[in-house]
Amino acid sequence: MPKHPDDLALTPQTEGGFVWRSRLEPGRLTAFARIIQDEGGQLLALWGADDRHLGRNFTVHVAFLSSVGLIWTTSELDGDQPAYPDLAHIFPQADRMQRAAFDLLGIRAQDGVDGRAWLRHAAWVEDAFPLRKDFPARAACRSPRPETEPYPFIRVEGEGVHEIAVGPIHAATIEPGHFRFSVIGDRILRLEERLGYTHKGTEKRFEGLDLATGAKLAGRVSGDSHTAFAWAYCMAVETATACSVPDRAIWLRALFLEMERVANHLGDLGFLGNDVALTFGFVQFWRLKEDWMRLSARLFGHRYLFDMLLPGGVATDIDARGKADLDALCKRIAGEVQTLRHIYDEHTGLQDRFANTGIVAPDMAARLGLTGLAGRASSQAWDARVQFPCAPYDRLDVNMALQKSGDVLARAEVRFTEVFESLRLIRLLLEQLPAGALHAPCTQAAGVCEGLGWVEGWRGPVIVAVRIDADGRLDRVHPHDPSWQNWPLVEVGVLGNIVPDFPLINKSFNLSYSGPDL
Amino acid sequence: MVTGILLQIVQTLIAILLAPLLMGWVNQCRAWLQGRTAPPLTQPYRTLRKLFHKDAVIAGNASPLFRFAPYVIFSCMVLAAGLVPTIANDLPFSPAADVIALVGILALARVFLALAAMDIGTSFGTLGARREMLVSFLAEPALLMVFFTASLISQSTELPHIVETLAQKEFAIYPSLAFAAVAFWMISVAENARIPVDNPTTHLELTMIHEAMVLEYSARHLALIEWAVALKLFTYSVLGIALFLPWGIAPRGDVAALPLALAAMVAKLAAGGAALSFMETISAKVRLFRAPEFLGTAFLLAVLGMLTHFLLEV
Repeated sequence: MPKHPDDLALTPQTEGGFVWRSRLEPGRLTAFARIIQDEGGQLLALWGADDRHLGRNFTVHVAFLSSVGLIWTTSELDGDQPAYPDLAHIFPQADRMQRAAFDLLGIRAQDGVDGRAWLRHAAWVEDAFPLRKDFPARAACRSPRPETEPYPFIRVEGEGVHEIAVGPIHAATIEPGHFRFSVIGDRILRLEERLGYTHKGTEKRFEGLDLATGAKLAGRVSGDSHTAFAWAYCMAVETATACSVPDRAIWLRALFLEMERVANHLGDLGFLGNDVALTFGFVQFWRLKEDWMRLSARLFGHRYLFDMLLPGGVATDIDARGKADLDALCKRIAGEVQTLRHIYDEHTGLQDRFANTGIVAPDMAARLGLTGLAGRASSQAWDARVQFPCAPYDRLDVNMALQKSGDVLARAEVRFTEVFESLRLIRLLLEQLPAGALHAPCTQAAGVCEGLGWVEGWRGPVIVAVRIDADGRLDRVHPHDPSWQNWPLVEVGVLGNIVPDFPLINKSFNLSYSGPDL
Repeated sequence: MVTGILLQIVQTLIAILLAPLLMGWVNQCRAWLQGRTAPPLTQPYRTLRKLFHKDAVIAGNASPLFRFAPYVIFSCMVLAAGLVPTIANDLPFSPAADVIALVGILALARVFLALAAMDIGTSFGTLGARREMLVSFLAEPALLMVFFTASLISQSTELPHIVETLAQKEFAIYPSLAFAAVAFWMISVAENARIPVDNPTTHLELTMIHEAMVLEYSARHLALIEWAVALKLFTYSVLGIALFLPWGIAPRGDVAALPLALAAMVAKLAAGGAALSFMETISAKVRLFRAPEFLGTAFLLAVLGMLTHFLLEV
């Protein structure tokens, strides 16, 4: 049982799981957050919901990470001007989530310091809130309006300070985001991000979908984390409907998740070489990634392993020959990555660029809630696969990659370590893959039901919260990408660095735009 | 005299026409060394052709300077290429300018490029222009030092004399030239926006030096600038050959030696291009603030070359 005081009234979501549920009065949120903070926990996600059609008012949901696992709190708000206490003064990473919750639902954080719009880029009017159930989604799409008021960036004043505005359109085919640098010469004094350019109404789109289509949409929240989101979604749906998934399906899900991790880490390690103009490294890592994706396509029919998961199980299987091929490729890639790691380690030019660039010190990382891969490069020892393992990780004994220095080099090292660990896990998964069915039907629960899925994706913890209505259709889905809390740390990491090092630092985090923009 | 003028025209035309080929060769070698399928040798010509067939897009607030800067830059590079003996020595155009004037012509092109970059008023143009000036104000003195070392040996700052001293007089070993050659290589790398100082293939606008200045150019203007970039690389290459490996360049009036001179030049350029791409493949780009250290080293080597000359060769 959790060591939290009994009056927190935590109830386990499933027996023996690591997700806890708590219903809190809004007034007690601050005190609860303080308890979590004192214990060394973090705030992972914050979102709202419109529950008026269920005979309640608006609710605010928070996911906290603590020593007992993930605590999901729900607080019902009062009145026509629904508000909840500001959590950003305890967990600064809540700031953007609170601003987004206001833009989408009109629920306000009381006494929040930052009242600027986050996701609303004048695409809908100020007093309209698209995630409210009475909002006509189609009408809003028809009348995009130009932004009239400039976004109030925080300015740095003083002699010789000037601003460089970068994006949202970039020179390469990457996702849109605006970066406002205040610099003296080439030295960065301040960086402020403005995101939300890829807001496409994903959460609204979920409403009314059937459960299987929901899995497809969940996987497309951020394409490079397809399996992580799809698994978290399926986990949430299966918890809500009390569906028990066959063992083989769960092991295959873990296989897909680790394969996704390897593909992304290989790509990133190549990009990190490319950003310091070591094109050799880029080409070599991308050759390996290409081999990896071609085998994925041959074995499962999709290079990025899209749509392999559905509520209740998986859609595809692996045969003995496929196992042997994948095992052989794992072995070969482990050897080649080892060689490339030596080259990266001993290349003075590359090491000079990586080391001491873009440092996020461990204390800063802890204060601002840096999570996932980037967090583990700054001593934030959290990995759901290690501390709170769901099946099949509880049988695998995962090793955590951890670095202290918090620079680009540390983030590259974590990737190297995780590639080797994932390759080892894939070979173990293949070896011990249990026989059995691939899929079990999920029966509709009686009435409205809720669930939350939590998966350690390659970037960090991915959370999907789901509510299913009495007809068995999706009522509210909130997918949470770890980029939410890591983007502000990029602003911290670049401080004191020079402008030409920003792309390298940014790439070492490699955060999603689509994931948090929703 | 007529032969001389004719040869001068032919030599300049060779420079203009072969420059994109050298660029294509370097790109091809780089691709091979990186394990990629290489683009065809003629890719730079195709790119130029494509660009000349496009309509130019020019920012609304561009001044006339922005429009005519590409022509000035291209002309400067043609002029510079015409001055350097590539296949025949001591052509009629050579006395027009010595190596010091050559540095001036290259600087003139750079000034126009930087002014054009700032003309539009985008943050990237200004950023690139600023960085280009940082690199060039360190590279120029080092380049002059290299030229002084060479001219101390031949007692003249005129290229034909320098070439003649090494190639057509009795053979002598000059240790000072070894230092000068290394310095010249480093300066060429920096001046031609190559790795490890700049990355000509990057798409990351915040890291660019040269590319940031030409981001706003399109169509024929961009074609002229790209061609000028190729000409610059060609000019630096043949300049390096003239200073340090001039054997094979035909002496004045020796028309019969021309075919061999042409073959020698092509062979030397091919070897130089391959060496450049090899160096680029094995190095990473240095942090921008290390570029001054890189060029400081070049300057130091050039000065050492001069000192060596006074210690060992006088």
